[in-house]
Amino acid sequence: MKRRQGQRRSLSMPRIVWPLIALALLLLFNLFFTDGFFHIEVRDGRLYGSLIDIIDRAAPVILVSMGMTLVIATAGIDLSVGAVMAIAGALAAGLIARPEYSVLSNFDIGGSFAVALLIALLISALAGAGNGTLVTVFGVQPIVATLILMVAGRGIAQLLTSGQIVTFRHESFAYLGNGFFLGLPVTITIVVAMLLMIGLLVRRTALGLFIEAVGDNPTASRHAGVRPHFIRLFVYSLCGLLAGLAGLIAAADIQAADANNAGLYIELDAILAVVIGGTALTGGRFSLLGSVIGALLIQSITTTILSRGVPVQYTLVVKAAVVIAVCLLQSERFRLLIMHQLRRDGS
Amino acid sequence: MKGVRKTFPGMIALDDVNFTLRAGEIHALMGENGAGKSTLIKIITGVHRRDAGAILLDGQPIEAHSPAHAQMLGISTVYQEINLIPQLSVAENLHLGRQPMKLARIDWKTIRRRARESLARLELDIDVTRPLASFSIAIQQLVAIARSLDVEARILILDEPTSSLDENEVKQLFTVMRRLKSTGLGIIFITHFIDQVYEVADRITVLRNGRLVGEYETAQLPRLELIGKMIGRTAADTPRPERARPHGVTERNIFLQANGLGRKGSIAPLDITAHSGEVLGLAGLLGSGRTEIACLLFGLDRPDSGGIAVRGRKVRINSPRKAIAEGFGMLPEDRQSQGLVPDLSLRENITLALQARRGWLKPLSRKRQAEIADRFISALNIDTTNAEKPIRFLSGGNQQKAILARWLATEPALLILDEPTRGIDVGAKAEVEKLIASLRDRGMSIIFISSELEEVVRDSQRVIVLRDRAKVAELTAEDITEKRIMLAIAGSETT
Repeated sequence: MKRRQGQRRSLSMPRIVWPLIALALLLLFNLFFTDGFFHIEVRDGRLYGSLIDIIDRAAPVILVSMGMTLVIATAGIDLSVGAVMAIAGALAAGLIARPEYSVLSNFDIGGSFAVALLIALLISALAGAGNGTLVTVFGVQPIVATLILMVAGRGIAQLLTSGQIVTFRHESFAYLGNGFFLGLPVTITIVVAMLLMIGLLVRRTALGLFIEAVGDNPTASRHAGVRPHFIRLFVYSLCGLLAGLAGLIAAADIQAADANNAGLYIELDAILAVVIGGTALTGGRFSLLGSVIGALLIQSITTTILSRGVPVQYTLVVKAAVVIAVCLLQSERFRLLIMHQLRRDGS
Repeated sequence: MKGVRKTFPGMIALDDVNFTLRAGEIHALMGENGAGKSTLIKIITGVHRRDAGAILLDGQPIEAHSPAHAQMLGISTVYQEINLIPQLSVAENLHLGRQPMKLARIDWKTIRRRARESLARLELDIDVTRPLASFSIAIQQLVAIARSLDVEARILILDEPTSSLDENEVKQLFTVMRRLKSTGLGIIFITHFIDQVYEVADRITVLRNGRLVGEYETAQLPRLELIGKMIGRTAADTPRPERARPHGVTERNIFLQANGLGRKGSIAPLDITAHSGEVLGLAGLLGSGRTEIACLLFGLDRPDSGGIAVRGRKVRINSPRKAIAEGFGMLPEDRQSQGLVPDLSLRENITLALQARRGWLKPLSRKRQAEIADRFISALNIDTTNAEKPIRFLSGGNQQKAILARWLATEPALLILDEPTRGIDVGAKAEVEKLIASLRDRGMSIIFISSELEEVVRDSQRVIVLRDRAKVAELTAEDITEKRIMLAIAGSETT
């Protein structure tokens, strides 16, 4: 009885390995070819450098891709995350700055950042729940259901800001995007905290199991007593909430709510991050950490290109090439094909 | 095929197997679940690549790289699970990928005519423009066969073609098989129905645990010997579940009572009483309403008349979740689509229903899950390297046992078994029947649905007979005989 287990195992490593390798290679490249990429400077007790910048820049995509991971794990998709970001930013900025031209000037929350934050997050979660309701109760295909909000949501954000860029001066709000905590950008703390919270939420309760079961086979899950509707409603709501948080960070970063551009095309980056991270679009098994690495990889590519002085136009092409490489590496069939070829060449 | 070998992670699926198919013969490929039948077929048809050995067709070595390539080589296959597109019409399904074109447009007229012709060869006369899904599984199966015959085939592989056909349809299929055989086609016939093998097959090849047991002329291999070879025992110690003893049933231990339970277009209102410590059999032909009853009881469908009482207490069951909360469990008829969560591990599949009942806030610890999984893997004799293997890598019979384990883990008071022995091998069948008896003796109430009359007779203490979506008889104790049930189905006896 010969067993070829060893060889097989090497072929079916956890999918998270491939994006990690890609990220490591990219960093290695920068170590040798990009001067000062790994340089971290301490100024006023704060850390600055490309590496820190990557995580800081990637924060919104990481947050959005965490929610997206769970939605995709249920075999769904959420295209509306960018629009929800815009809504959240517009709401919070509008409630705090209360410009005359905005309908939000009618609401007085006493300039309380906490209230503005809560309202923005609540509305974001509700927007997500709206997506979830369309998908579950009305059986609309996720891509269509969320496409509605993707288009309508940006319109709503523009209505809230009357099509203008709402700028604000508010220390606490700005801190969310530019502040430092323990010498690091506060965005890093937020990302780590959310990753921990959601990680615990799905892996320390049975939610993760139910999400994977529903994504893998909703009928069988229902037969086993899982409530697919509840699970889907939950993940879409959570995805909305996280998009809202990302929207607040994006607005805080520029101290303004730009309904036209906030979170524009972020759904594509988030979906890419999820796919790179090893969660299949067909649903089932998911990896939050994988998505975070995916998002970091995408941001690293962008930062690498920028810091090497390559014209910005090349960013998208290079991104696409790296994404294709990672996806091919993840494909078992592709790996087998390569192995086959190598073995043939060897013999 | 000579010395064919195939390994999967952690197991050898086929080891040094020889298989010979002659032109113009029907050759039955037999073996228990996990014997390697499916793997062998998948190697012939190019789904899997063999690790060693050779395949010769007419003396020429061949290698199919894909199912499409195999078809070009003249090897056609009809799989157990129907590989057609339910939303498309019958005619479209028959011509998918090889549409006749006329002036760069699809020639619909020809498609329909040819579709009718090819179905006529199976003596099937149906409206070919209707979507495939609007027909019964039996007819879909025949369409799948018709499709595979449409191409120029040298070898036809039928993988469990009869498992969802009724007796007449099976006869019809056999007629077609014999006719095809006489034209020189070699047919590989995989089935679990031993009667059918003796009815139609010329020769038999038996596999066990990935190894060749032998190749036999059907006429020279007695049935008992065949079964013995399949399960690896001699005929003498073949386990035979004894006829279930009549069981003392009193009013006291009624578990479930349904009065006038029905749903329009699904099942006519009927009364059902299920007792603890009793197996209630549901007998009837395919489509007689057996599964419909199970769906009503388990909250998958909502009744539009009648009600259900559990231990004398009226309950409303409008979802499987509610049913599970009442202590019900249900092994679904269609394991693939309703039972398995294929990518999840055996452990997760086994603990899923228990976890769902506990709710998401009360997770079973990983250790506890592993304990439960291991307990049932050994108790039900599930053949796997470990509990972490995705369940899709297990053979059909082992998957079925795992889904059974899922329900046993919830310690149900009522277990509904819809075709628990379907598509699994003789040995696993016997194990399932034995298990049913022991669960009953431990006081569980069991509703047992099976197409195999002898199983219903052997295992039930009470039988509800169904015909045309209505209850036509209820038999108890000594009245439960195949003859009485058949008479009731035929319509010459009512109670």
